[in-house]
Amino acid sequence: MEHQGQIGGSGPALAVPPGAAGTPPTHGAGGGVPVPRAPAFRSKAASMLQRQGAVVALIIVCIFGAIRYEPFATPENLLNVLRQNSMLGLVALGMTMVILTGGIDLSVGSVLAVAGITTAWLSPQGTAVALLGGLAAGAVLGALNGVLITRAGIQPFIVTLAMMIAARGAALGATDENSVHVDRAAKGIMWLGRGKVVGIPVPVLLAALAFLAGWVVLRYTRFGRYVYAAGDHQDAARLLGLKVDRVLIATYAISGALAGLAGIVLAGRLGAGQPVAGNGWELDAIAAVVVGGTLLSGGQGGVGATVVGVLLLGIIFNLFNLEGTITPWWQGVLRGIFLLGVVVVQSRLQRRAAKAA
Amino acid sequence: MSATAAARPRPAIGRWWSALGPTGGALVALIVLVAANSIFTPNFATAGNFWNVLLQLSVTLLVSVGMTFVIATGGVDLAVGSVMAISAAVAAVTVDQGLWIAIPLALAAGMAVGLLNGAFVSYFKVQAIVVTLATLLAGRGMAQVINRDGALLTIEDPGFLALGRGHVGPLPVQVLIAAVVVALAVFLLRSTPFGRYVLAAGGNPAAARLAGVPVNRTVVSVYVLSGLLAGMAGLIEASRLGASAAAKIGQGAELDAIAAVVVGGTLLSGGRATLLGTVVGALIMQVIATSFNMLLIPYSWSLAFKALIILVAVYLQRPRRV
Amino acid sequence: MSTPDPILRMEGITKRFAGATALDGVDFELRRGEVHALVGENGAGKSTLIKIMTGAYRRDGGQVWLEGEPVDFRTPADAQAAGVIAVHQEIHLLAYRTVAENVYLGREPRRWGLVDWGRMNTDTGALLQRLGLAIDPAATLGALSTAQQQMVAIARGVSLGAKVLVLDEPTSSLAEREVAILYTLIRQLQAEGTAIVYISHRFDELYTVCDRVTVLRDGKLVGTRHLRELERLDLVCLMLGKPREALREGTTGFGGHQAEAEGTAPLLRAEGLRRGQKLRGVSLDVRKGEILGVAGLLGSGRTETARAIFGADPAQEGTIQLDGKRLDPRTPDDAIAAGIAFVSEDRKGEGIIPELSVRENLTLAALPTLTRAGIVDRARQREIVDRFMSRLGIKATSADQKIRELSGGNQQKVLLARWLCMNPALLILDEPTRGIDIGAKAEIQSLINELAGTGLGVLMISSELEELVEGSSRVVVLRDGQNVAELRGDAISQQSIIHAMAEGSAAAAPATLEA
Repeated sequence: MEHQGQIGGSGPALAVPPGAAGTPPTHGAGGGVPVPRAPAFRSKAASMLQRQGAVVALIIVCIFGAIRYEPFATPENLLNVLRQNSMLGLVALGMTMVILTGGIDLSVGSVLAVAGITTAWLSPQGTAVALLGGLAAGAVLGALNGVLITRAGIQPFIVTLAMMIAARGAALGATDENSVHVDRAAKGIMWLGRGKVVGIPVPVLLAALAFLAGWVVLRYTRFGRYVYAAGDHQDAARLLGLKVDRVLIATYAISGALAGLAGIVLAGRLGAGQPVAGNGWELDAIAAVVVGGTLLSGGQGGVGATVVGVLLLGIIFNLFNLEGTITPWWQGVLRGIFLLGVVVVQSRLQRRAAKAA
Repeated sequence: MSATAAARPRPAIGRWWSALGPTGGALVALIVLVAANSIFTPNFATAGNFWNVLLQLSVTLLVSVGMTFVIATGGVDLAVGSVMAISAAVAAVTVDQGLWIAIPLALAAGMAVGLLNGAFVSYFKVQAIVVTLATLLAGRGMAQVINRDGALLTIEDPGFLALGRGHVGPLPVQVLIAAVVVALAVFLLRSTPFGRYVLAAGGNPAAARLAGVPVNRTVVSVYVLSGLLAGMAGLIEASRLGASAAAKIGQGAELDAIAAVVVGGTLLSGGRATLLGTVVGALIMQVIATSFNMLLIPYSWSLAFKALIILVAVYLQRPRRV
Repeated sequence: MSTPDPILRMEGITKRFAGATALDGVDFELRRGEVHALVGENGAGKSTLIKIMTGAYRRDGGQVWLEGEPVDFRTPADAQAAGVIAVHQEIHLLAYRTVAENVYLGREPRRWGLVDWGRMNTDTGALLQRLGLAIDPAATLGALSTAQQQMVAIARGVSLGAKVLVLDEPTSSLAEREVAILYTLIRQLQAEGTAIVYISHRFDELYTVCDRVTVLRDGKLVGTRHLRELERLDLVCLMLGKPREALREGTTGFGGHQAEAEGTAPLLRAEGLRRGQKLRGVSLDVRKGEILGVAGLLGSGRTETARAIFGADPAQEGTIQLDGKRLDPRTPDDAIAAGIAFVSEDRKGEGIIPELSVRENLTLAALPTLTRAGIVDRARQREIVDRFMSRLGIKATSADQKIRELSGGNQQKVLLARWLCMNPALLILDEPTRGIDIGAKAEIQSLINELAGTGLGVLMISSELEELVEGSSRVVVLRDGQNVAELRGDAISQQSIIHAMAEGSAAAAPATLEA
């Protein structure tokens, strides 16, 4: 079973997916992004503590699963978990970068659908065209987000919210709410979704490669460092001479492209591009990033943390399934409680580390 | 966006627009929309359609009012849809005990979720997005659990059904409820200290604290209020459907509410709120949906248009930087 | 040490903001290897001139030449590329990145296209060593002290090949020892031919380190002089635009020395206040009708003391007594109920609610008393607002104008009114005239004087020595979270306050630059 957007429930997603998170640059008491004016300094230690927390949780959960459920620790099951979550992983990777800049991207679910449909629609022209088309669709929509955020000066929350609505509308409208089949001419697309290399599903390899590339970019390229800088303190970065606007546009474009890639892989797997695909995935991606330890305020965290977050949430879902007796409803409740618990603990650790710094 | 950039020249329309104030601008947009529709859309300017729009509007308006208060404190409540489902579910399983038990319980359930949200945001200092995201997830599941594990529970109590289907004279009950709520909310925001405290907590919580404003209590209160109003909305919705359809009730409600609030001129970052604007914003969204429907334009196009309206509204309302 | 041909020349610089003229035809000239002071009261136009110099603002009129070539910087990046670099008072660096990253931000060394962390750290280490700074290049910037962060900012400027370095209040958060290090650094840069623009209001520093001074007032150029030919008093006269004779009567609205309020029982008595690292045993008392000045360097614990008394950051140890009764304020509410008022130093961050009106800001703290049966009594509210607006001379288009549109001085008056309408017994003021134009400053100062005259006890924290000297009956000096001196009567002078802040006694002399 693929990763389903748990938030959306099981109804037909004709309604626009539930509105989601946002990090408006706020002064308010309601817990938006902390005011950049004078943030209480949180040392690198605090961010690391949070991430250690997630890793520890992951280890505990794995051990628990291995002990309690026989089928858990089998290569079959584990590969399955990895495969099911690899597409979300791609989306979460893009989301990580956006969140590192202090922003948010609510449109990834809809962009995913648009890319999947585009690829399917172009599939009669062959794999290369279909692949490029889907990726381009994602990148263009993402870049559009970035342009609106930087040039029009509208908050990421609103811009990506609007894009989420508009893209979903476009997907539903252009396809008349029907799926678009992936043509046989684009065998490569099918392979992306269903193929295996030395027994490992292609989506897993793709996700692994993407995360590796993401890690290298963030740590070892100037662009990656500027992503962190933009989230650390955007005004200071500008004053220090960085072309922050370009960095932001590129980051959102990458997020869109990765969402697009996820959509392509999904289309390959299902054999069709569905206009309702990706419903609710933005929330799952945000949850994975947050649980992994990257801070919503930007400037801290990273790709490794998100891997842990995706795995953690994915394995918990897997455990629910293995348990068998937990209804999807209770799963939803438990996931919510879990997310809340993790975030509260992180918030505590953060503040304790801030006092020590 | 940075404070150090020299101010960019604003288009002439933008200057005129902002002279109107954000709500004024939204009002003009609404008038234009209604006028255009009256001309181009058959049957739009009829009494039947008028009531139709108001009917559809009531549920969204209730949630939007609550959302206005929450956003005014700089937060957001993503969980309203789930709260609607929970209150509907609670009503469905307790309606046999009598309406006087079912309805207060359902509303109390909504307020309890609000209390939870508010506590985590103000006392545990977790960001509103994350907290309400978590309660959104958990709440949806909880609603199903209460609904006897995913069943579709029908409600046949005539008193209950009157909520969503009854009339008081020419006025549908839900429209009356919505109108009363809006009036009370305006009073609360304008004429009570609480209203000032909400804006102060959103505008500058540090300054507010130093001025003796009970910031934490205020923040918790707005989330409880949001929960209460979402609960009411859920009851009306369930009454209209005649059932507690936990998967359907409240889907996308937070989106519509946020859109209405933002288009109406309330700042997403908090500190400034206009309930009149929210009403106008909700009306704009509803008129678009209705007219697109009547013009047989596919639903998806209405989504694209809504997105455009939101962007344009926020763009025109952004605060000037010196 | 400095050569006559200017490296930077600015002529006729004009800048307007939404109807107000910030700079009106200002000329400025900077020579290689010189340290040139830029002085003026707050609002005189110093920071605007600097922002134009460094590309943060575009000028509306005038010309700028760098090394003889006309230049027009559109962004800070342009200015940086040309070698004009500013080091601001607020650290404009990235707190969560390392020292090396901050120094090399934008030009990270690369190997095979990828960032070369090894070289970045090594090069930064070498630079820091050359400048005599003991800072670890791999340390996270935010974990360093403010002084160290400032040094890193300067190091970045040097590393960028600064021809012109602008230092904006560089010593505002430095301790004595660190100031000496800064002076050495400046001296070295000077020898290398770097031109430095030095902004500070601390005369001792200016006279120690700078060659020439340019004085601005109300957006206009008053003049440029050599510091060795200018007496301090004359410099003050130039800044304030007053002749020497007027200064004898005092330069502030307090109008000269205050008499001590003898023989009255203390209104407030605080003893042994402790909290964390910042407050380590402060004791003071304020009498009715007196203004107690509180002096100290940044980080000495003044604001922490005030916040402890007000219950904003309650003391962990120590006692507070108001009018003889024991008080333990855990929240501002407690203090307000007891009759204590507090005006924060951070008007923007902790004072005004920007989107609310003057009326709403003014009556915010008083709302509970203006409420009857849950409704705000509009008539009483209006009456209070009108009364205070006229009494304090608050200039606004109406009471419903948004407070963020008012000038700093008027905003401060509204904040003062917020507390005055509560009829407090004790008024705590933290930097009451910071960032306010001269006229409003004097008004506020004389108002405070008046209030003290009516029996209000005032605790006034200030970094402006004239304010302290002329306004206080007694001055308490804090250092590192503790009391180090109490000055009364004739012992109160700028000199004695400075010595107490720096050394903890009246004896030692300030740091000098070894020739």
